[in-house]
Amino acid sequence: MDPWIAAVVTIIGAATPLLYAALGELVAERSGVLNLGVEGMMLVGAVTGFAVTATTGTAWLGIPAAALAGTLMALLFAVLTLTLLANQVATGLALTIFGIGLSALIGSGFVGRPVPQLPTLPIPILSAIPVLGPILFDHDVLIYLSFVMTALVAWFLARSRAGLVLRAVGENDEAAHGLGHGVVKVRYAAVLFGGLMAGLGGAFLSVSYTPMWIEQMTAGRGWIALALVVFAAWRPWRVLVGAYLFGGVTIFQLQAQGLGLLPVPSQVLSMLPYLATILVLVVSSLGPWRRRLNAPACLGRPFRATR
Amino acid sequence: MKLSRRHLLGTAAAGSALAALPAASARAQSPLKVGFVYVGPKGDNGWSFRHDVARLAVEEALGDKVETRYVENVPEGPDAERVIRQLAATGQGLIYTTSFGFMNPTLKVAKQFPDVKFEHATGYVTTPNVAVYNARFYEGRSVIGTMAAMMSKKGVAGYIGSVPIPEVVMGIDAFTLAAQKVNPDFRTVVVWVNSWHDPGKEADAAKALFDQGVDIIAQHTDSAAPLQVAEQRGLYGFGQAADQSAFAPEGQLTAIVDNWGPYYIKRTQEVIDGTWETHDVWYGLKEGMVSLAPYGPAVPPDVAAAADKVKAGIIDGSYQPFGGPIMDQSGAKRVAEGETIPDGDLLKLDWYVKGVQA
Repeated sequence: MDPWIAAVVTIIGAATPLLYAALGELVAERSGVLNLGVEGMMLVGAVTGFAVTATTGTAWLGIPAAALAGTLMALLFAVLTLTLLANQVATGLALTIFGIGLSALIGSGFVGRPVPQLPTLPIPILSAIPVLGPILFDHDVLIYLSFVMTALVAWFLARSRAGLVLRAVGENDEAAHGLGHGVVKVRYAAVLFGGLMAGLGGAFLSVSYTPMWIEQMTAGRGWIALALVVFAAWRPWRVLVGAYLFGGVTIFQLQAQGLGLLPVPSQVLSMLPYLATILVLVVSSLGPWRRRLNAPACLGRPFRATR
Repeated sequence: MKLSRRHLLGTAAAGSALAALPAASARAQSPLKVGFVYVGPKGDNGWSFRHDVARLAVEEALGDKVETRYVENVPEGPDAERVIRQLAATGQGLIYTTSFGFMNPTLKVAKQFPDVKFEHATGYVTTPNVAVYNARFYEGRSVIGTMAAMMSKKGVAGYIGSVPIPEVVMGIDAFTLAAQKVNPDFRTVVVWVNSWHDPGKEADAAKALFDQGVDIIAQHTDSAAPLQVAEQRGLYGFGQAADQSAFAPEGQLTAIVDNWGPYYIKRTQEVIDGTWETHDVWYGLKEGMVSLAPYGPAVPPDVAAAADKVKAGIIDGSYQPFGGPIMDQSGAKRVAEGETIPDGDLLKLDWYVKGVQA
């Protein structure tokens, strides 16, 4: 394979867990809920996916189990913040810390155990196309699904009625409530979807990308996903681009080191995605840009129906 | 095992209320409490995992003469001091602090608990109740460097580095020097991931190196992820800290295995016997603190024989991993013919030998 194509394929792999987690968080945030527990949900998804795959011998059970585990973590968060109206920031941080501990507990018997790698499923004919074939049509099921989910989320938010309601809830919960929409119900659904996607992102790491379980193997990807949502200005296609950009910077700096061409210390490039996010945050706090950046107006605000 | 002091006293009091005799005999047999402090999760399958394996070996070997406790995921800083003090205050007679960054907290607590013995891994300061121990992992790197040079068709190895501390630099240099004894033009390409514990990124680095045409890799990070990549691509690598052949049955040529168990058993027994004394040791292949996993199926007999020869040479002292002449990256001679790098300088090593690209 051409080294450039190989590099692009590697970037897609590096970006996929970010893409899953960030897409899920994006939907939750568009409904007005800030869930900082992404890292914890990813870890619990990763360990559950691995444990079920290792126990049953098939990733076809492990992947749905990971999605379910992420959803359950999100349910815990939703009950605390939406029903009991706990502070979202504190609860999200607690969810991450809880997830680190819980995943270590579940995974303690699975360290050092291998599972078979998720097979790649080249799509007939299409995968033989030069350049585009290996880049788009020669992956495992979780990578294909990440493409599909991006398109689905983008369509859902922009074109569907339910997506419109979800955005309305995130922009003005009182008005949506006044129109008769169940604000809390919509937010529950959005948060649970966020957990499901984080669980899948975790499973991609533990079942497909590096099929193993070691504690805290997500290594901060949940936090990068949170930054990515801001970087992408809460838009699904930009999350896709941002995820590949963040993944690309990592791979680029590793490649450049290998070629001996890196002009600056590797740490400088490692921090570029975060610098970019800070830049976006700074710009987004400047008046004229605020509206265009499209942060949900009710983000992080608890909602209690007045009547 | 979680057994609090209050619980112990309570049981003793209850025992003496019923019958005075058992309390006294229970006291005579009371096991030595041994504490372990780990910097990472014991489930990392690498550094902390190997220390925990050794802890279990101590329990296995010494049975009810010891009672072990461990604290994992302890950050190197003020928290470490609290953890170590807590262990000392709750009756541990011997405490292993298993990371370089625990040095100052260990020394501080040791001063306040002169009757407790401390064993600090990879440090350099000893006191009457603080001993230090370290392993010459670079000796293992000489062996795998020899194998890499014999098995690479391109004369280049990829090397995934964690962070450029002397321990890691030493490994890269030993690996490259050994490889150059086989192939004088051998090069080592280092890619830093700036982390000890990020399997995804380690896999990314391995992919980047293989994509660039490297056909063999070594790593100084904790996970088996680079080996998995090697396995997928039908190429080769070496395990780190533990035998990782389960993840790469074909791809792992051998692994450098940290083997703390025999040392921990010996030192724990010495505390029980009352013969423990402080020391500063740096053990290697000879003492068994560093060992190599069985060769993988892809290792041809001549490579295995050469590796065995290097291993035997290091053990009997005829093979010097850092024997001169050694040039640095700029080509300047740093170690003259017939000389070697003294241990003190090795522990501060901050330069790469010729042929390293880092």
